[in-house]
Amino acid sequence: MTGSGWKEIGLAAGLVILAAFVPLVTDGYWLSIAVTAMMYIALATAWTLFSGPTHYISLATGAFFGIGGYLVATGMSDYDISFWVMAAVAPFVAVVLAAIVGAATLRLSGIYFVIFTLGLAEMIRGLVSWVQNNFLGSRGLYVLTDFTEAHIYWMLLIIAAVVYLIGWLIERSRLGFAMKIIGNDEGVAKHLGINTAAAKVALFMITGYFTALVGVVIAPRYSYIEPNLVFSPELSFLVVIMALLGGTQRLWGPIVGVIPFTLIWETISVSFPNATTFYLGLSFLLIVYFIPNGFVGLVEKLARRRQG
Amino acid sequence: MDILVSGLLLGGTYALVAMGLNLQYGVARIMNLASGEMLVLGALAAFWLFTTAQLSPVLTMIMVAPLAFIGNWLIYQLLLRPLVKRAKNQGQLEVDSILATFGMSFALVGIMVAIHGEYFTYSYLANPFEILGTTVALNRFVAFVVALIIGVTLVLWLNFTRPGTAVRAVSVNTEAAKLVGINVPRISALSFALGGAVTAAGGTLISTFITLDASVGVIFTMKALIIVIMGGVGDMRGSIIAALLLGLVETAVATLIDPGLTLVSAYLIFLGILLFRPQGLFGKRAT
Amino acid sequence: MNRREVLARLSTGLAVVGTAGLLSFSALAADTIKIGAVAPKTGPLAGGAAVSQWPNIELWAKEVNDRGGLKLKDGQKKVEIIEYDDKTNPGEHIKAAQRLATQDKVDFIIAPYGTGFNVAAAPIYAKYGYPQIAVTSISDQIGELTGRYPGLFFTLGSTTDFVQGVVHVLTGLREKGDIGNKIAMVNVADAFGIELADVARPLFTEAGFEIVYDKSYPLGTPDLSPIIKGAKAANPDAFVAWSYPPDTFGLTEQAIIEDFQVKAFYTAVATAFPAYGGKFGSKINNVLGAGGTNPDDPKIADYRKRHKEVTGKEPDYWASANTYAALEVLAQAIEGVGEADREKVTQYIKDHSFDTVMGELKFENQNSRKYWTVGQWQDGVFRGVDAVNIDGAAPVRVKEGWE
Repeated sequence: MTGSGWKEIGLAAGLVILAAFVPLVTDGYWLSIAVTAMMYIALATAWTLFSGPTHYISLATGAFFGIGGYLVATGMSDYDISFWVMAAVAPFVAVVLAAIVGAATLRLSGIYFVIFTLGLAEMIRGLVSWVQNNFLGSRGLYVLTDFTEAHIYWMLLIIAAVVYLIGWLIERSRLGFAMKIIGNDEGVAKHLGINTAAAKVALFMITGYFTALVGVVIAPRYSYIEPNLVFSPELSFLVVIMALLGGTQRLWGPIVGVIPFTLIWETISVSFPNATTFYLGLSFLLIVYFIPNGFVGLVEKLARRRQG
Repeated sequence: MDILVSGLLLGGTYALVAMGLNLQYGVARIMNLASGEMLVLGALAAFWLFTTAQLSPVLTMIMVAPLAFIGNWLIYQLLLRPLVKRAKNQGQLEVDSILATFGMSFALVGIMVAIHGEYFTYSYLANPFEILGTTVALNRFVAFVVALIIGVTLVLWLNFTRPGTAVRAVSVNTEAAKLVGINVPRISALSFALGGAVTAAGGTLISTFITLDASVGVIFTMKALIIVIMGGVGDMRGSIIAALLLGLVETAVATLIDPGLTLVSAYLIFLGILLFRPQGLFGKRAT
Repeated sequence: MNRREVLARLSTGLAVVGTAGLLSFSALAADTIKIGAVAPKTGPLAGGAAVSQWPNIELWAKEVNDRGGLKLKDGQKKVEIIEYDDKTNPGEHIKAAQRLATQDKVDFIIAPYGTGFNVAAAPIYAKYGYPQIAVTSISDQIGELTGRYPGLFFTLGSTTDFVQGVVHVLTGLREKGDIGNKIAMVNVADAFGIELADVARPLFTEAGFEIVYDKSYPLGTPDLSPIIKGAKAANPDAFVAWSYPPDTFGLTEQAIIEDFQVKAFYTAVATAFPAYGGKFGSKINNVLGAGGTNPDDPKIADYRKRHKEVTGKEPDYWASANTYAALEVLAQAIEGVGEADREKVTQYIKDHSFDTVMGELKFENQNSRKYWTVGQWQDGVFRGVDAVNIDGAAPVRVKEGWE
């Protein structure tokens, strides 16, 4: 174990503790921004677990997130099952799905994998709506709980921290080593006797689990669940965008991507209420042109400059 | 027969959605997430000119296509070319073009909302039309015919003309194309612009029978991505066949089984095809 | 805040974003009543909000300010509207509502657009004590929601009322011998569509109707012709579609093309939009749909005229008037209390009745049961033909062809 590894996890632990105090300092607007940011941090970090080392861009975030949110809503609203039971069950459904998808997509690479996951998320949304329409029925999916924003924030923080820890452990494990080789050259990995299939599927399952868990925790925040909103392709895209903006080569990339992203997003929403979308688009373009290697690249460049 | 006719017509619509993206991604290597917005922009032009000046959407299409060509050419030269130059490899370009075109899609939505924030609804050629014993909407039929013309022209152009061959060469292998003296940047810009023009023209026609709004582009982008990938990247025949196949499957399922399962069945076919042919129907295995 | 200021702020970079956010609007004087509004300007619900929500806010604010503002104990105060786009995303909506409450410190907030957003935002309104007079929010959970959120008011009815209206209209037609008892029913497979179909099945059966075709279709289905063909093949007397805006247009167009002959043709949301009449002209004469209004009512007629003059477009024939009425309730309650005290205003809404374009509105258990449920396009106007606690419903007509 290298010293820098311990330094990294120590720094992360410190940040988590610091972040845990946010709801005690503010409980209004800034907390609601923090919840949104924390949601994206958890999602983007979970995404990076799989997509970072393998370079497989997954657009399945919406599918896993939707499964989490949707199952909680159906369970609570139509079957009077408690939130906690559904919170325990729902992510495992996502894991099973991730295992199937992982196994099915082994032969796919590059853009074909990307669009496969997109199609998959859309198919699940259609299937879920159809099943509910024809077999379950619904009088509206309400998720009414007594959770406050602070509770949701802490739950998300725990998820994000656990995901980060797992990622940190994986990086230092045989699995992580295998993934890096897969990312660089899958053929070489196979020659080295690495079971690339098992490694990829395992990682995809972990990503699926935590993405669904985030969906579970967000459901009480949305309070009223529409399949169209939780199985959101836009969410899948946004998570990818944030992770890419941060930089996927480092586990902490998404974090340094999400935070400025959220702040820019918010500034624009506030400053241009009538043209938010337009200015958001412009700011994406500016980021792409002027911060070519994501915020990770920027941070590391600055760090190097200070040292040098 | 009903299924065949309606299915092919729907497939024609899908072809209009996907052919442009095929050129943009297959040749210019730009994963254009703003493709749907370009389509909606065409639709907005048709709606706007029809409601203010009673201009036929077919005329609008003829005007929109060259404008979209110029617009997309400029977009490529000014916004995307720097990314292509900067990218060290295909992966880097993919990431950059995803980010940049995602930004463009937002900006375009913003512009369109400012122009017209409500639904683009109007009525044009919404008349019954009898073909092979099946009643179809005339506006859908017109769109199908235009899709057919565009599709056939593109396939012929790509296969039997010099510039078309150059385009295909770039699509197959950028590096090799350079070596045989093809001006790759020029061909890429041309393909991107042509793709944008096809997409926007498709939008003008689609707006005659589907009610769109400024924010709906992403749905078309996704459909286009699915079709292009299903057919195989860079192969125009593949996209057209994939589009027709989707149209037929959706209509058959809606008629014979349950309209609630159309989307599910379409995606199932897509996933199934990728499982058995990971490079799409006509795609070439990456080496 | 002007554009240049904003640009300057952006250019100062990320470091100051936090502080800039904290400081904005703090300079505004206290001689206005600040009213917040969050609703979609982009995303799937934006097209509807652009018809029913935003223009009414514009109209109301202009009218209040033209008459000098709200009359309070310490003089008249103009209203200042602070608006945000929620992008049809609940997470965005929550952030924006929080911002209104804690940063902009607005005095009141106009209720969101759409059932989901009203439910998602309710905890914030409750936390800061804002009265929330929801309009575009139709739910069978009104009892539970109002019990949870003491400042939440409903004005457009329950899902069951909404469906009962249709059952009522069809039963009336059957009793007159105009239609038989066979219904073809379709719905969009999304939250509200699924809920409506689920509520409607037992109600139609109880009323003695036979559902001969019962199918759903996914949101965003590009070709609805198989559905109309299927429904037509089932040979029904009436066609009922629990539809959303794009498919309301699509189903109607296909019905015209297929020459689908039924004596009663109903599509749900957006049938009441002026764009619907504009698109189909006389072809949709006698089509039934969700909502309705009474354009002969002098108050409504006057409201429609003012709406057209100020916003440049026609209001819809349903939720527009209710949305405007909810704003009138808010204004009258603030004036009745005489100060921007949210707790008192909420209580005032519960205790009083209000004179609005929708007539006298009164809340019982935070629910005003006075709304149109079914309307019908009759000679270019979408008239209410069935309502809860409103008089003046036009007699229902039989649909005769698509010419």
